[in-house]
Amino acid sequence: MLGQQLLNGVVLGAVYALFALGFTLIFGVLGVINLTYGFYFSAGAFLALYFTQGLGISMMLALLLAGIVTGGIAVILDGLLLTPLRRAKAPELASLMVTLGATLFLYSLMSAYFGTDIRRLPPKVFTNVGFNWLGLHIETSQLLILVTMVVIVSGLGWLTQRTRMGLAIRALAENGTAAQLAGINAGAVTRIVSFLSGGIGGLAGVLIGMNYNAIEPYMGEQMMLKGFAVVIMGGLGNIRGALVAGLMLGVLETLTAGYIGSSLKDAVGFGLAVLTLWVRPVGLFGRATIKRA
Amino acid sequence: MSPVLQVENLVLGYERYDAVKGISLLVHAGSVVTLIGANGAGKTTTLRGLSGLVRARSGRILFNGDNITALPAYQIARSGITQVPEGRQIYAGMSISENLALGAYMETNKARVAQRREHVLSLFPRLRERLGQSAGLLSGGEQQMLAMGMALMADPKLLLLDEPSMGLAPLFIEEIFRIIATLKQEGRTILLVEQNASAALEIADYAYVLEDGHLSLEGPAADIAQNPKVAAAYLGM
Ligand SMILES: Nc1ncnc2c1ncn2[C@@H]1O[C@H](COP(=O)(O)OP(=O)(O)OP(=O)(O)O)[C@@H](O)[C@H]1O
Ligand SMILES: [Mg+2]
Repeated sequence: MLGQQLLNGVVLGAVYALFALGFTLIFGVLGVINLTYGFYFSAGAFLALYFTQGLGISMMLALLLAGIVTGGIAVILDGLLLTPLRRAKAPELASLMVTLGATLFLYSLMSAYFGTDIRRLPPKVFTNVGFNWLGLHIETSQLLILVTMVVIVSGLGWLTQRTRMGLAIRALAENGTAAQLAGINAGAVTRIVSFLSGGIGGLAGVLIGMNYNAIEPYMGEQMMLKGFAVVIMGGLGNIRGALVAGLMLGVLETLTAGYIGSSLKDAVGFGLAVLTLWVRPVGLFGRATIKRA
Repeated sequence: MSPVLQVENLVLGYERYDAVKGISLLVHAGSVVTLIGANGAGKTTTLRGLSGLVRARSGRILFNGDNITALPAYQIARSGITQVPEGRQIYAGMSISENLALGAYMETNKARVAQRREHVLSLFPRLRERLGQSAGLLSGGEQQMLAMGMALMADPKLLLLDEPSMGLAPLFIEEIFRIIATLKQEGRTILLVEQNASAALEIADYAYVLEDGHLSLEGPAADIAQNPKVAAAYLGM
């Protein structure tokens, strides 16, 4: 029983971690809290629905395509909304307001077009199959979530730590002026980072849509609240922190629902986030000690 | 021989205010040129204009004969101008080794990068001992050396130095100027901005004096050092 709870918790946590990864990547490198991020989550799920149901594409390919398209949407939205603000060196509050406004607009557009009813992937498109393994029950969507998370996390780790592009991304995150003076095209790196994070947000949306077989326009808004809790716990901009905090939140939520009561489940994340802000505002894994300059 | 850098009537500013009000200057290959002036005269703004961090309002910047006035900063960097900005712009959270690698970001030939790195580490032996250490933990003087080392990793055709001695202890200042002298001997082309006018005039071939956004005086550095007005205003004599 506990084993099963832990497994379910890790799977839920993997989605939280994945989602928070994209969000924290935007903040860490581009220095903005981009509230349109939750929209990519909803958009990913709807795109997957369209690709499978509308175009008859296989679920796996639809997952990949949805990630690519939401990545593209993120690049366009960043270019439209935030590039002008960067050029004008507008205060941080401006980017918050602009992305908040855009998100509300996009959500209402989606619900006007698709309605707010919960949509489901038709059985011929995707059916969850369960396996029993070491006394645990695991479903295809859960397996897919774990695999996707491992692939994305190791891919992102490899990209940022082992490649020239990763060096440029980290340089922009640390010091944009120095990066430009070293010949790094900040605009291009910004687009790459937007694409990666938008794509990750979209993938997370497809995976959750599959796992619960429920897709609706405001699903991204729900997720965004969890994303905030995770990113606060992990430390804004901290990739490793987002991972650990995401997994932790998933496990704690599941255990709370299982042993205390499901009505308290959602309170866990915010309780922990507030506690983190009190005790260690830089996040549980914050790097407050590294920077001295 | 045509100059490496030719600036014509350059105007630079912030919002409604012009900080540099039409200056013209030349830097020839292999020479060290210094730009001196009081606080707020516009020295940093001039360098930021040359490296593309501040857009020119009017005038032209020619680099080896090419008009680079409208290019974005990263393209100016790629064309061979490297600025060491005021106040030690390093990547504080990254290791010294990674900082140096980023200095050579534009160079994809690994052998060449390794060779430059060896050279930089021979100029700044303090850095060699601490390659794996986080750059933010270096002292101010060491950070300035790292910033210069990063710029040299780009093997620039024109090096812009903005007050490399600012805020440093006398021993570090001496070392920084010794390194600038070495770079001069290597034949590098340098535009040096300094508060420490006497040291700058000693090392430079040619000097410009900037006063409230205008060039008030120019000439061979030795002559400028002898000028009574300069002596009174900048050399504390
Ligand atoms: N980012 C900015 N926005 C608005 N005004 C600025 C900005 N940077 C500099 N200035 C103004 O432009 C003028 C020239 O500044 P600049 O930094 O070029 O002087 P400086 O000669 O480098 O001085 P210092 O010796 O103190 O470094 C000053 O009046 C300054 O207040
Ligand atoms: Mg200055």
